Amino acid sequence: MTGAAVPSERAGSPLDRPTIPPTLPPGATRGRRALGVRIQGAVIGDRVYTAAITFFALCVPMLLILIAIEIFIAGWPALHKFGFSFLTSSAWDPVNGNFGAAPAIYGTLVSSTIALAIATPLAIGVAIFLSEFAPQWLRQPVAFLVDLLAAVPSVVYGLWGIFVLLPILRTSVMPFLRDTLHLGVLPFFSGPAYGPSMLAAGLILSIMVLPYISSVSREVLLAVPRSQREAALALGATKWETIWGAVLPYAKSGIIGGVILGLGRALGETMAVTMLIGNRPQISASLFAPGYTMASLIANEFSEASGDLHLSALMAVGFVLFVITLIVNAVARWLVWQVSRSSGEKMA
Amino acid sequence: MTTPAKPPMRWSGAYPAATRAGKLRRRQAVNALMAGLVGLAAVLATLPLVIVLLYLLKQGASSLRWHFFTNMPKPVGELGGGMANAIVGTLMLIGIASAIGLPVGIGAGLYLAEHRGSRLANVTRFLADVLNGLPSIVMGIFAWQILVRPIGHFSAWAGGVALAAMMIPQVARTTEEIVRTVPVSLREAALALGYARWRTSLTVVLRTATAGVVTGALVAIARIAGETAPLLFTAFGNQFWSTSLNQPVAALPLQIYTYALSPYDDWHAQAWAGALVLIALILIISLVARVATRGRFATASD
Repeated sequence: MTGAAVPSERAGSPLDRPTIPPTLPPGATRGRRALGVRIQGAVIGDRVYTAAITFFALCVPMLLILIAIEIFIAGWPALHKFGFSFLTSSAWDPVNGNFGAAPAIYGTLVSSTIALAIATPLAIGVAIFLSEFAPQWLRQPVAFLVDLLAAVPSVVYGLWGIFVLLPILRTSVMPFLRDTLHLGVLPFFSGPAYGPSMLAAGLILSIMVLPYISSVSREVLLAVPRSQREAALALGATKWETIWGAVLPYAKSGIIGGVILGLGRALGETMAVTMLIGNRPQISASLFAPGYTMASLIANEFSEASGDLHLSALMAVGFVLFVITLIVNAVARWLVWQVSRSSGEKMA
Repeated sequence: MTTPAKPPMRWSGAYPAATRAGKLRRRQAVNALMAGLVGLAAVLATLPLVIVLLYLLKQGASSLRWHFFTNMPKPVGELGGGMANAIVGTLMLIGIASAIGLPVGIGAGLYLAEHRGSRLANVTRFLADVLNGLPSIVMGIFAWQILVRPIGHFSAWAGGVALAAMMIPQVARTTEEIVRTVPVSLREAALALGYARWRTSLTVVLRTATAGVVTGALVAIARIAGETAPLLFTAFGNQFWSTSLNQPVAALPLQIYTYALSPYDDWHAQAWAGALVLIALILIISLVARVATRGRFATASD
């Protein structure tokens, strides 16, 4: 009987009416045995297929674990030798074999802070514009342009930064901030204006992280239910009051997730920063002074490392960067998921 | 008019008529101001892109000559150098990364879509997102540690693997999103006809989703094509012609980086030309990806 050959999904289906003449699939006309072989083949095929895609899926966690283990092992000699002071010491002295990552950690935090301070309001503004104010025909093109910002390679931003941004900073922006606005009395805006500086790195980073923050924010805003807006509008709220009072509070944690995601990008961005930050292992309060970030430290010194300990110290810096971005990204994803889950399966 | 029960809504109507008109005018002014501000934000956000692209076009086009595509890099002072080896090298690296990253990424994406609720799927999805956010330089030192240090020399392989590690999580997530949009009824129809599950998945579900999966793959390729940091200590760069997978290989982004930091004007011009070629390559791939789906899956690039 051929009915038994059909997969169980068909059981109880209304198609099982006896009025339909049993037309057999071509392979089945040869009798029960051939059909049995076919089914067996299907079962084996299913097993192989499931095993294959399960293996591919397992590759993702395995990759992450492998990265963590390999980098940790490579950085262990330095972490072991310097202990906790590796994070707090500001001595980065390859000649005497003394390594502390504090300048790089400081530089990473400062450049990322500058980047977020500039990019966050702009990115949220763009997201609000695109989801609430912009006319329909304008939305796709502007969203596309903003997304394109993320498609420009880091090294191209670096190139542009060296030849366009640095001269402008050196000749106009830095003297203007320091002398014309008399901000030079503050430690942040004092000292000579070389060009390559924490400020330059922060500025280029702000351009680079903006599209990440704004695309997440836009999706979160679009996921806010219509009823939320309509309720506020029905109470007589203006458009802005609706956004401020009803839409943004609803989307708050998702937007924060987007900002943290942007922070993750800023912390690990390498090429443009390496080309603009000046690469000097020092902690200076002035934003005009050159510095280092963890990523630029690795990029700049790795291929010229002067010995095993130097290499290990760079790997240890890589491990610290890995752990920090891992935590930042996990928190961000979790926040974004909270919002998307509560408003249905709408977004990533 | 009574005050609404839900408290502090500023626009409750509990004001004398005269004040209310004033209030209203003020509120409308705030509304117009904020509308203007977010519009300004949109202008400010797209401005850098326009400036960078225009400058790139101006600088790049003036130094882009035909021999740029056909010649090898020349020593300083000798004119007429090109980046033929770097262009080939970039294509090679993209090839290696795609050969490893696409099957694994698409396979993982299929698993995520088909075993949606399982614990492995949830963990994998989360870790893929986290992996996606890891700095590319970390991928670089990872590939150096597993493929360059033990072997003792830089190679195209190592660079390709570093790029593949960046592709896998991204391709997995986009594949999952697209496969999910395939209607369940299609799958059910195939199963009801007696198709095996694996054939249903590959020849019905994946085939329906082909356009989207290809788009996801192209977006991932566009992203890794411009990556420099993972290649610094893996593919390393090469001033000479090399198509050996086991040797260091040149790449456009690496060459741009080297030339940009050099003190020679001629090399700067080459860097601009290289950047223009690189960004043209990336824009073409992105546009093809966008046209292929015609806005059906128009989610943000991530």
